Amino acid sequence: MTKVKITVGAINKDAGSSRRYKTGGWRTMKPEVDLEKCVSCFKCFDYCPDGAIKKTDEGIEYDLDYCKGCGICAKECPVEAIVMVKEEK
Amino acid sequence: MADQRSMTIKGNMATAMGAKLCRPKVVPAYPITPSTLFPEKMSEFIADGELDAEMINVESEHSAMSACIGASATGVRTCTASASQGVALMHEMLFVASGMRLPIVMAVGNRALSAPINIWCDHQDTISSRDSGWLQFYAETNQEGLDLMINAFRIGEDNDVLLPAMVGIDAFVLTHTIEGVEVPAQEDVDDFLPPYEPPHGRLDPDEPSTFGSFGTPEYYQEFKQAQVEAMEGSREVIDRVFDEFEERFGRRYNKVTTYKCDDADIIILTMGSMTGTAREAVNRMREEGKKVGLAKLTVFRPFPYPELEEIMSGAKGLAVVDRNISPGGFGAVYSDLAGASINIEKKPLIKNFVTGLGGREIFVKNFVEIYEKTLAAVEAGEVKKPLEWINMNQEVMR
Repeated sequence: MTKVKITVGAINKDAGSSRRYKTGGWRTMKPEVDLEKCVSCFKCFDYCPDGAIKKTDEGIEYDLDYCKGCGICAKECPVEAIVMVKEEK
Repeated sequence: MADQRSMTIKGNMATAMGAKLCRPKVVPAYPITPSTLFPEKMSEFIADGELDAEMINVESEHSAMSACIGASATGVRTCTASASQGVALMHEMLFVASGMRLPIVMAVGNRALSAPINIWCDHQDTISSRDSGWLQFYAETNQEGLDLMINAFRIGEDNDVLLPAMVGIDAFVLTHTIEGVEVPAQEDVDDFLPPYEPPHGRLDPDEPSTFGSFGTPEYYQEFKQAQVEAMEGSREVIDRVFDEFEERFGRRYNKVTTYKCDDADIIILTMGSMTGTAREAVNRMREEGKKVGLAKLTVFRPFPYPELEEIMSGAKGLAVVDRNISPGGFGAVYSDLAGASINIEKKPLIKNFVTGLGGREIFVKNFVEIYEKTLAAVEAGEVKKPLEWINMNQEVMR
């Protein structure tokens, strides 16, 4: 995160800057999907609270800029295709 | 300068007239005793075409302050009025207004807080908003109420300040009491108070910006410090604006105004309408040869400790009369003064007197008692009881 100079009244004239804030940086665990096991049921897609899962022809794909590593997708996956692994930084 | 108009009006009318002369563009308000006349008058001014402003009828004081914040953020002059439970309900939003550096002005009819429910005067409502980052002014008379409204806009909107301000007038003693008031001419107020041009930004759909944005731990403390610096900077601005006001309108305001303090051994420090009674008490005691003086606090935030330090430097005893109480602590003026003077070598003995709560009358004899108790402490060379209650109703006490 880059440091910014404070303004009077905390006014940020650069509106919409939250789009540049990658909340994936909060993560300590990250999901990994085994597409061989994935049956494209998309339960993970339905349950992901951050909308960080995209549907693809092969199954799913993670947007790790926004995945916070909560692990709900791994918990919900009926075929255990998703595992949580320690984030390497 | 055009002639001022003499009127005999209630305190609420005086603050409303003061506000109207400042040409606010938005007035969100939720009526509450004893301030109700303020929004009534403002809506009348608008209905009669005397004021070009938007009156917003809101569903609570929390909403009133929220609407003030939204309106002020668009860069227009905004004011409201409230009291007691109303000020308490908007407490959360008071911090937002000052943090966003929006120079909103609020007239407050200073009233006690429940329970038990009580609609009469004390200063507990605004005193409990002490830490919200608002400038605080307290009027002795209706004239002061009107004048301080105009000064509050001018000071709060100064580019070196940009802070909201409260103007307190005592419930009923001022809000509902008719007094003679000199009302400045519109053209003179227009000259004294130019249109509000926010230097820090305004909400505008064509140029979007984020107001009151997220302040993470690496920024928050710096924001608060900047807010405190603005409050500190307001000290000089207040002096300058009060000077200019006197030059233009002929009435003198000070953060602290002294009366017969020069040779006084004992000084009584007051705030609000009780000052008139205290002045009469000082006059009578002076006739008896007692060396007593009076200091009136008009500005409570920023707390004028440099001025008070100078005033009390020659006195032997200082009696701080608080119309508020922090249970388990002291009155607010005493606490601030004690805190500010702790490292000063030459200071008088300071005693705290709490009285006038929930509309309890404060009589001349009460100030005489306050003087005598302070003198006794000075003669004994120590303050045995820092806080004393004055004018208690012995018959109803167990």
